Amino acid sequence: MDFLRPASWEEALAAKAEHPTAVPIAGGTDVMVEINFDHRRPGHLLDLTRIGDLYDWERGERSVRLGASVPYTRIMSELRADLPGLALAAHTVASPQIRNRGGVGGNLGTASPAGDAHPALLAAGAEVEVASAARGTRMIPIDAFYTGVKRNALEPDELIRAVHVRRADGPQQFSKVGTRNAMVIAVCAFGLALHPETRTVRTGIGSAAPTPVRAAAAEEFLAAALEEGGHWESGKTVPPSVARQFAQLCSGACNPIDDVRGTASYRRHAVGVMARRTLMWTWESYRGARRTTEGAA
Amino acid sequence: MPAIGAPTRITQGSRTRGGIGESTLRPDGTLKVTGEFAYSSDMWHEDMLWGHILRSTVAHAEIVSLDTSEALAQPGVYAVLTYDDLPTEVRNYGLEIQDTPVLANGKVRHHGEPVALVAADHPETARRAAARIRVEYRELPVITDESSATAPDAVLVHENRDDHHFAHVPHPNILHRQPIVRGDADAAAARADVIVRGEYTFGMQDQAFLGPESGLAVPEEDGGVHLYIATQWLHSDLRQIAPVLGLPEDKVRMTLAGVGGAFGGREDLSMQIHACLLALRTGKPVKIVYNRFESFFGHVHRHPARLSYEHGATRDGRLTHVRCRIVLDGGAYASASPAVVGNASSLSVGPYVVEDVDIEALALYSNNPPCGAMRGFGAVQACFAYEAQMDKVAAQLGMDPVEFRRINAMEQGTLLPTGQAVDSPAPVAELLRRVKAMPLPPERQWESSEGADVRQLPGGLSNTTHGEGVVRGIGYAVGIKNVGFSEGFDDYSTAKVRLEVVGGRPVAIVHTAMAEVGQGGVTVHAQIARTELGVTQVTIHPADTQVGSAGSTSASRQTYVTGGAVKNACELVREKVLEIGRRKFGTHHPAWATAELLLEGGKVVTDGGEVLGTLADVLEDEGVEIEAEWRHRPTQPFDLRTGQGNGHVQYSFAAHRAVVEVDTELGLVKVVELACAQDVGKALNPLSVVGQIQGGTTQGLGIAVMEEIIVDPKTAKVRNPSFTDYLIPTILDTPTIPVDVLELADDHAPYGLRGIGEAPTLSSTPAVLAAIRNATGLELNRTPVRPEHLTGTA
Repeated sequence: MDFLRPASWEEALAAKAEHPTAVPIAGGTDVMVEINFDHRRPGHLLDLTRIGDLYDWERGERSVRLGASVPYTRIMSELRADLPGLALAAHTVASPQIRNRGGVGGNLGTASPAGDAHPALLAAGAEVEVASAARGTRMIPIDAFYTGVKRNALEPDELIRAVHVRRADGPQQFSKVGTRNAMVIAVCAFGLALHPETRTVRTGIGSAAPTPVRAAAAEEFLAAALEEGGHWESGKTVPPSVARQFAQLCSGACNPIDDVRGTASYRRHAVGVMARRTLMWTWESYRGARRTTEGAA
Repeated sequence: MPAIGAPTRITQGSRTRGGIGESTLRPDGTLKVTGEFAYSSDMWHEDMLWGHILRSTVAHAEIVSLDTSEALAQPGVYAVLTYDDLPTEVRNYGLEIQDTPVLANGKVRHHGEPVALVAADHPETARRAAARIRVEYRELPVITDESSATAPDAVLVHENRDDHHFAHVPHPNILHRQPIVRGDADAAAARADVIVRGEYTFGMQDQAFLGPESGLAVPEEDGGVHLYIATQWLHSDLRQIAPVLGLPEDKVRMTLAGVGGAFGGREDLSMQIHACLLALRTGKPVKIVYNRFESFFGHVHRHPARLSYEHGATRDGRLTHVRCRIVLDGGAYASASPAVVGNASSLSVGPYVVEDVDIEALALYSNNPPCGAMRGFGAVQACFAYEAQMDKVAAQLGMDPVEFRRINAMEQGTLLPTGQAVDSPAPVAELLRRVKAMPLPPERQWESSEGADVRQLPGGLSNTTHGEGVVRGIGYAVGIKNVGFSEGFDDYSTAKVRLEVVGGRPVAIVHTAMAEVGQGGVTVHAQIARTELGVTQVTIHPADTQVGSAGSTSASRQTYVTGGAVKNACELVREKVLEIGRRKFGTHHPAWATAELLLEGGKVVTDGGEVLGTLADVLEDEGVEIEAEWRHRPTQPFDLRTGQGNGHVQYSFAAHRAVVEVDTELGLVKVVELACAQDVGKALNPLSVVGQIQGGTTQGLGIAVMEEIIVDPKTAKVRNPSFTDYLIPTILDTPTIPVDVLELADDHAPYGLRGIGEAPTLSSTPAVLAAIRNATGLELNRTPVRPEHLTGTA
């Protein structure tokens, strides 16, 4: 196995062009497990740890450009206000040691349906910035990024440089079921973001379908129900029947399997429970924020 | 209330610092928590090779062909060995029954069975070479449970059995069966006002020790080999290794290497013979270290079990009878299964008075992973079931479950189902009373001024609830575990103790072959020597086979038996010292002849405290050294038809109260508190005692809510051999564990002590299950409980 150590982004892209099967490695929290378990033995590892740019984030007007290797620990401590859903998801990633090394780029590169960042990215809205030596940079919308079980929209010569995540314009939540109270791979996970500016809601479901998915029908139903009931203006409580229907539609968006971590039937059920609860939590905080604003005015 | 026991009184050495009863610190404690401790996997030798084991990818198959030529041709490969390369006619090993092939002999019987060995100059080279060994399997039907094992056309897991259990089992796929019949269960059942039946399932638990199997075999100039190894019993390993190598036992030297946990999983051999074979074949030191994946295949697990119970009781809450049947899956090889059957059957009714019983326990041979020793050893599975039954009976009677247990609690003098009287304190009711009396954690304990603290809620950091759907439950359980090896086993230990004066100061050296696996023997042995010899400076010699056997570090026995051997050897040394003193100085002071003499503070003193001389005066430059064996009271085998017999030597009792918060919608559980009360006889090291109780409690929690090796019932292959999917409790899953320690002496045991390590693992599991039932109202007849069981989505 050859270990390629590019000193710059350009060198990295050149190396990836020359060795399209090279596996990029940054925190190594996923790749090293695969190697140690003998699940794969790539001919080349492409070490990205010398490329400082990947460890930076910057706040734009609408979104945060998050370098692929910014560790989860920093997302939790530095981006809680801008990316609350992702910060909550980061909190559930493995152990403190892993959170010190792992970043969102790895989650996207592996594209496992169980990756913790995916539901939060789907709910917030994001674009993945990828690049190749031959064709330069392109942006892939998160909705088009996941193409199959552990497959994504990257071309063989492309690398993930950053992800542009929309800054929160409303409350966000993330919830994940595992059979242990910490340091556990998701049995299933759910992300929810309210977008008061556009009066929309977005969702993300993890580990309950071959890829991370949004519950589109549930989003449309909820947005319509909130609109029709005048909830965005009034801030009044979401009726239980709406919450129930939303939960049911989220369950319906799942296409899970039975595996060693849980049954398909449980996953569908749990996604519904998480959808209902996260809706209550986000809506309560939306109402709270409105009250605070009105009170100040 | 009559006295239920009394504490031990100590005179000799009671004024010596660091003696028994003090919480002296572990010598390896700081090293372990700072990462400095050298475990067996850290060993290194100049010029050493790395061994690797090729394991079967299927559970049950004939090996049609095995071609090692391509592997042997790899650069850097020094040896490839298969069954045909074994040097002698002894090609099997086993703890009790030698049914386990060192390498597969034309057939594999479980997923992950060793097929071939490779030695190479780099671990990666060895691994790649092993991948080039071509094995062609012809798969056979798999035996995975009782019905497939005993079906009329069942394939036999072992053909041509000639072991000593074969004559009394009903089917060749049943390894051992132990009935116990006492009284008249039918007549007693007729007296019962309520009869409660239940079927229970216990999952396969792994020891999940953190230090994987590893060792270093170094060939020696005399043609022998020196094995540095992490194990639970050096001499048992030696007895199994030497014949396979074709060496006399004195040419196989063994030294204990740093052990990273055991819990029963190191009672059987793993890579010991393999490393020695490769070292002797290549003439070079050979190191083998399993990775975590391989470790799941490299040791036996706790027996999964199916248990059927029938309890009867009268309206006033007295048990009339118990009928039960316990089927343990022993997997492909015998390991410790027969002894596990003995425990499961003899302790199957728990710490209760039941005069009429009809009991049957058996272990299957199957193509599932081999199962054997694990903390609690057969008593764990039974406790899970009988405690569920006790709650059910109490509910039927409309009685409080603790009160119902109190009414039926065993006491000193109670007869076990085997007819053996419990001849030491049995404070079962008192332990329950104590856990019940402890204050409860506050309701809605997760609420704080800043909102819900998710760490205190089911789901923890995963942020699944802020209190929604959460219901509290409380449950109780108590258990009984035998201490030491039972059923007539000659359970002895050996200690060599030397007392000498170095630079004017008396020093004791304690040498045993006891495997320190974390239980604290190295601490306790020094404490015993200080107390018995009245010295402060004690050196613990590394454990090796240059001294007699210490027996196994298992069955909660080491402090009792090797501790007893150290105490005994110290007493013999003390007598010898006093004898020398009398010879030298007897004429100087009449007290040498008339008084009770003690060793205290490096001096010979009378029991009145008068100093007669220093050890330096008595010993001068002569050391006193004695090696002696010590054994506990003999036990008897159980009768093969009736199960009667004085099979056990001592018992250990613990009770738990579990407090859980259950997210009833998501089926997630947070164990908030697991209070424990345990009688330890005498706490030789109180800090270690509490550590053992908390550790055992947590291991019991693991099998209650998460730990399970999942075996595919169609293929008998293991589906989750990693810490990604075999989950053990993290600190966020581990509750507060208040511990109440009783010290009621067992007069038959050294210092009145009891073995303590296993009892807390028994009652912890059923207490958690009872609490979850209390919260949910569900029946829950299997463990571990998974979210789908609590949400109707299984």
